[in-house]
Amino acid sequence: MSAPVSTIREPLITGHKTYHQITEDLIGPTEKTPPLSWVIALICCVALLSVMAFSLAWTFWHGIGAWNLNRTIGWGYDITNFVWWIGIGHAGTLISAILLLFRQKWRTGVNRAAEAMTIFAVMCAGIFPATHTGRPWFDFFMFPYPNTRGPLWVNFNSPLLWDIFAISTYFTVSLLFWYTGLVPDFATVRDRATGLRRKVYNALSFGWTGSAKHWQRWESLSLILAGIATPLVLSVHTIVSFDFATSVIPGWHTTIFPPYFVAGAIFSGFAMVQTLMLMTRKILKLQDYITLAHIESMNKVILLTGTLVGSAYLTELFVAWYSGYVYEQFAFLNRAAGPYWWSYFGMMFCNLVIPQIFWWKKMRRNLWVTFLMSIFINIGMWFERYVIIATTLARDYLPSSWSYYAPSWVEIGIFAGSMGLFGTLYLIFCRVAPVVAVAEIKHILKTGGDQYVGENAVHHHGPDGHDDHGGHDHGHDAPKKVETGGGTSGSSGIAPLSSNSTATSSSSKTTTSFKGTTDSSKDTTSKLDLDSPVASGAAIIGATGAVANTGSTSTSSTGSLEDDLKKVEGIGPKIEELLKAAGIKTFAKLSETDVASIKEILVAAGPRFASKVPGTWPKQAGLAAAGKWDELKKWQDELDGGK
Amino acid sequence: MASGKKEVLYALYNDETELFAAIRAAKAKHLDIMDVFTPFPVHGLDPIMEFEESRLHIVGFVFGALGTLTAFLSMSWIFTRDWPIIFGGKPYWSVPAFIPITFELTVLFCAIGMVVSFYTVCGLGPGVTNETLDDRITDDKFCLAFSTNGKSDGEVSDLKSFLNSTKPFEVNAKTLSK
Repeated sequence: MSAPVSTIREPLITGHKTYHQITEDLIGPTEKTPPLSWVIALICCVALLSVMAFSLAWTFWHGIGAWNLNRTIGWGYDITNFVWWIGIGHAGTLISAILLLFRQKWRTGVNRAAEAMTIFAVMCAGIFPATHTGRPWFDFFMFPYPNTRGPLWVNFNSPLLWDIFAISTYFTVSLLFWYTGLVPDFATVRDRATGLRRKVYNALSFGWTGSAKHWQRWESLSLILAGIATPLVLSVHTIVSFDFATSVIPGWHTTIFPPYFVAGAIFSGFAMVQTLMLMTRKILKLQDYITLAHIESMNKVILLTGTLVGSAYLTELFVAWYSGYVYEQFAFLNRAAGPYWWSYFGMMFCNLVIPQIFWWKKMRRNLWVTFLMSIFINIGMWFERYVIIATTLARDYLPSSWSYYAPSWVEIGIFAGSMGLFGTLYLIFCRVAPVVAVAEIKHILKTGGDQYVGENAVHHHGPDGHDDHGGHDHGHDAPKKVETGGGTSGSSGIAPLSSNSTATSSSSKTTTSFKGTTDSSKDTTSKLDLDSPVASGAAIIGATGAVANTGSTSTSSTGSLEDDLKKVEGIGPKIEELLKAAGIKTFAKLSETDVASIKEILVAAGPRFASKVPGTWPKQAGLAAAGKWDELKKWQDELDGGK
Repeated sequence: MASGKKEVLYALYNDETELFAAIRAAKAKHLDIMDVFTPFPVHGLDPIMEFEESRLHIVGFVFGALGTLTAFLSMSWIFTRDWPIIFGGKPYWSVPAFIPITFELTVLFCAIGMVVSFYTVCGLGPGVTNETLDDRITDDKFCLAFSTNGKSDGEVSDLKSFLNSTKPFEVNAKTLSK
């Protein structure tokens, strides 16, 4: 097991999940009919995508002249959008690689989606340089290959060529990393499916079996891929910044560019992750896995990188003044006071000023503030690239060739369409693959689940095995069989869990079945296997887990415990408070209360609650108290708001 | 395998701690474990199963070094022997300018080499179908499997009673086609 978890760490998985419940929650969205919001979003994205297809076709038919680039401003929307998308594509690998090396467990909630986002963002980014060549069917000229022209090779000294290597490597490595993580989860989807769906997921899962040796190699592979992806992610945006920094253009020719670009990339990438995850967690109901703790952690990264970027802006200004070099000084004066001033102030406002709001914890944990900020930052980071590219080029050394640039409809169409491409790919991903890494969430359950850590953790109360099952009877419990030596002392403390979990497991599909024996009645004071520290630690956690799982269903042993009454459809946090204030703290108690008295409590609380219909609540609570969650869930699916 | 069939007796457990105890008991009795299957990477399993450390990192290093050499030697050969060109007054063999591409190809070769090796040694990959023992292994059950090929009925029933003594959730037998 992992190292002990600090008591001040917030739980990363809420809702007292079991392994099976995690599977249900995370695989579920790929199995259900998509919600209407998904269909509408897909239609919008595909519509935008077709705008891009049209704009690209127009570009290829008429040539690059369809864009408003001119002799002075050779890079406009194209490279702005390229850098913007590449920057967004940095958060995924940062989350999956760097946070893995730093052992930041909160990465597991968001890494899968962030990595997918990385891959899609890099695909969007690639469109711009590829079409900027004008004749994309000749783009393979950019790769070194023995040819019939001399042999004439590409220029290996050029940062633009380094970029091709950096981005194609980044895309490939991100894809391999992402897919290797997906393979075990595809196997989980496969094992729940039948028919054609099973065949498809069998192919996607590469024949994964879950063998212990495979897992060992899988972890080793993930760790080394993380180790090499970490310098890779830093190198990619460093090389992108070399596209500018190795030139002799005032405003570009600065040594601060690599760290400044990398910080900006992480900044914008996390902003995009926030934008997407806030919507995804809401629509797919993943609040138990992407908690406020996750969002706060990401906001802290945003605050840090935003402030780094802001310092870089100010450092650039200082150095321009301090250099005493008039062209450099003019470049920066022109950014703030020239024809593109609005872009400069937009950038300063969105990237430097408003992210400072995240110094306040309340703001970091506010979903609306976070969402709004993430949009602002996406816009601000786009402005940053526009300032660097268009503003700088518009006023070059020769005033007679000064120019102004505004995009044509074709350029806007390609940019808007790239968002359509991104959205389409992301929406398809949400349907096909689990958005949260299932195996990795199960892996951190015992160190991150709220029944084990945090203020709602259920602690071990000593010898409580005897009444864990007092209230109800599971059909699966076979008659007790006396343990025959074997030295399996460690398992006796864990026996309650086995009999409890059977309630949620589906029945066996296999041919011959010999029912195992579970020890349900004898004293289970934990006798731990002390000869191995690893196992005894695990056994303690396991034993705690047993209590946690039964804690919510038994009232006799843990009478002081409160249940999460919100599990009953129709009860929200406010009503839960009311009921608990009235002494109804557990499912068992609620199930014993008659409908009229609940109604009385509601009416007494004012008109806002008086209209609620508590008719089914005691019955629902009865099922919950008996641990019949599957049955309850099925019933709740039929209920409309608990009525 | 000559017969093409593999008879397996396996126990499913609800929690990794129960699995650990069962594996220890099996090791204490010197039983020959066929394999252990879990829904997620369980830490602490490797020492109990007495697994050797994975050697994937060596593969990664070798492929990475191959990438470094490929990139650096190709660029050096191209710019000094095959087609020397002076760019911006720099020497033909301008080593600092070769560093970025050398680095990228090191990472690329290392990643592709390791991933391909991983799938190959695990017997996984596109188009591979491995028959699994139980659908619940990828959900929430932890599986300890024994091969019963060539075992007498007495031995099998001994094994079965051993497994039943480890407090499993279920004990099943299954015949895999390969």
